[in-house]
Amino acid sequence: MENLTALSYELRKDVIEIICAGKAGHIGGDMSVIDTLITLYFKQMNISPKNMDDPNRDRFVMSKGHSVEALYAVLAKKGFFQLEEVLEKFSKFGSKFIGHPNNKLPGIEMNSGSLGHGLPVCVGMALAGKMNHQDYRVYTVMGDGELAEGSVWEGAMAASHYKLDNLCAVVDRNRLQISGNTEDVMHHDDLHERFRSFGWNVIDVKDGNSIDQLNAAFEEAKTVKDKPTVLIANTVKGCGSPVMENKAAWHHHVPSEEEYTQIMKDLEARKEAALHE
Amino acid sequence: MSKIANKQMICEVLMEAAKTDKDIVALCSDSRGSGSFTPFADTYPEQFVETGIAEQNLVSISAGLAKCGKKAYAVSPACFLSTRSYEQAKVDVAYSNTNVKLIGISGGVSYGALGMSHHSAQDIAAMAAIPNMRVYIPSDHLQTKELVKALLKDEKPAYIRVGRNAVDPVYEDSNVPFEMDKATVVCEGTDVAIIACGEMVKPAKDAAAILKEQGISATVLDMYCVKPLDKDAVVKAAENAKAVITVEEASPFGGLGSMVSQVVGSVCPRKVINLSLPDAPVITGTSKEVFDYYGLNAEGIAAKAAELVK
Repeated sequence: MENLTALSYELRKDVIEIICAGKAGHIGGDMSVIDTLITLYFKQMNISPKNMDDPNRDRFVMSKGHSVEALYAVLAKKGFFQLEEVLEKFSKFGSKFIGHPNNKLPGIEMNSGSLGHGLPVCVGMALAGKMNHQDYRVYTVMGDGELAEGSVWEGAMAASHYKLDNLCAVVDRNRLQISGNTEDVMHHDDLHERFRSFGWNVIDVKDGNSIDQLNAAFEEAKTVKDKPTVLIANTVKGCGSPVMENKAAWHHHVPSEEEYTQIMKDLEARKEAALHE
Repeated sequence: MSKIANKQMICEVLMEAAKTDKDIVALCSDSRGSGSFTPFADTYPEQFVETGIAEQNLVSISAGLAKCGKKAYAVSPACFLSTRSYEQAKVDVAYSNTNVKLIGISGGVSYGALGMSHHSAQDIAAMAAIPNMRVYIPSDHLQTKELVKALLKDEKPAYIRVGRNAVDPVYEDSNVPFEMDKATVVCEGTDVAIIACGEMVKPAKDAAAILKEQGISATVLDMYCVKPLDKDAVVKAAENAKAVITVEEASPFGGLGSMVSQVVGSVCPRKVINLSLPDAPVITGTSKEVFDYYGLNAEGIAAKAAELVK
């Protein structure tokens, strides 16, 4: 089996290339969320370019749509389109590869970009699965800053009301948003308790950039009945290089030539380390 | 002449269709009673979703259901549905192109004395401004029936606004001319063209009768399809008349009047007068009292028309 940790660093390099080519992108969140995307697309979900018309396919909605560059890198690796096409067209005039997911592209179910929409949409998708007695699962990833949107909690309420155990949300808990520390901007107190009080099963993923830990949590979520599950994935914003790690200024930032060189060097070193673990 | 509320007719048509089509899902935001959807919820509980008082959730859940093959009908007061969940309508429904029909009940000034928070004078302008969102405002329960039957056959987003109370029918049980996205010609004349939608069609029709007695002949168009506007019908009616009057239960900006004026101004310039609610909180009262106050009745429309063509 492919070494997915090594792949995560390889795909991080693709993300850097996409951002440098398009001269735009939400680099910090891309780096924190990419391990969740890899775990979902390469270990968990039955989604491929061949089965996108299958009503039994799993569903994924990228609620934190601004981390689209990470999604592009993962979907390209899955064969939905060519990475070269992304590099050529991302953020360019007339392109379908815009700065948020849109369903004119293969592999993308729902348009997103405005925060707080993904979870309620997934409630509808999961409800349809229950109504049709289908056993597909529904996944979404939200940012932690996103949780200030009230619509998230409307969705959370409905998900437990309808006992949607086929729904699993992930919070990319990187603790930074555009203005700074999430707890300074709008504090979440104990996020776990908040979701529990809404009737959710909560799994803390200590290292949200560990594909093994994420995969174990997704497996555990499948065993929980009558409740939706949320993974609080404790991630590092900018994960992959000290140049960008835990820096709010890297929420969106295009690396300089010097930064690019150092980041690519760091990512390559971590990839090599993963291969020799 | 039978008389039932347009919203009740929507429920009846959907219940008939739901007998055989298990993909039809109705959703309410604590609005099943006010929306006349209690019979649907009671008869087809497995095809009904209650979201509680959460209109944003209502629309997003509808979009998610639609993405998984359901035909979602989200039924909620027009005032909240069109503005509280505006972004969900824009992003999850229109932009994502999901098969969601937004049913705005008790639209316009139906809630009368409840005040501006409960009036939806801006829903036409707001919804029409969203790309890929259609806007329909049927005039009576007979047209509503034909409209919903037509909507059941397509898979595109739409916003449908209906009033709270039963209104006098414009059409007869045995004669309901209807073609999807084509205005219905209620009557034809050569002096003035009156273009109306929703509950304003009946007074427009009655105005034509008053004008006839004065020797003025009027065309009346039932423009239930505000978007896509039937431009051909607008142009034809305007070209055959000296002036055009639009009538709508909405604010003066961005609705039927604005859209008709754009077409007439660019294709066949004529004087166009827009009759509407004011750009201000609407006076307290029943729908009839409010309409009478602002001249949105047969007498008011006829007087304006007579003044225009004299």
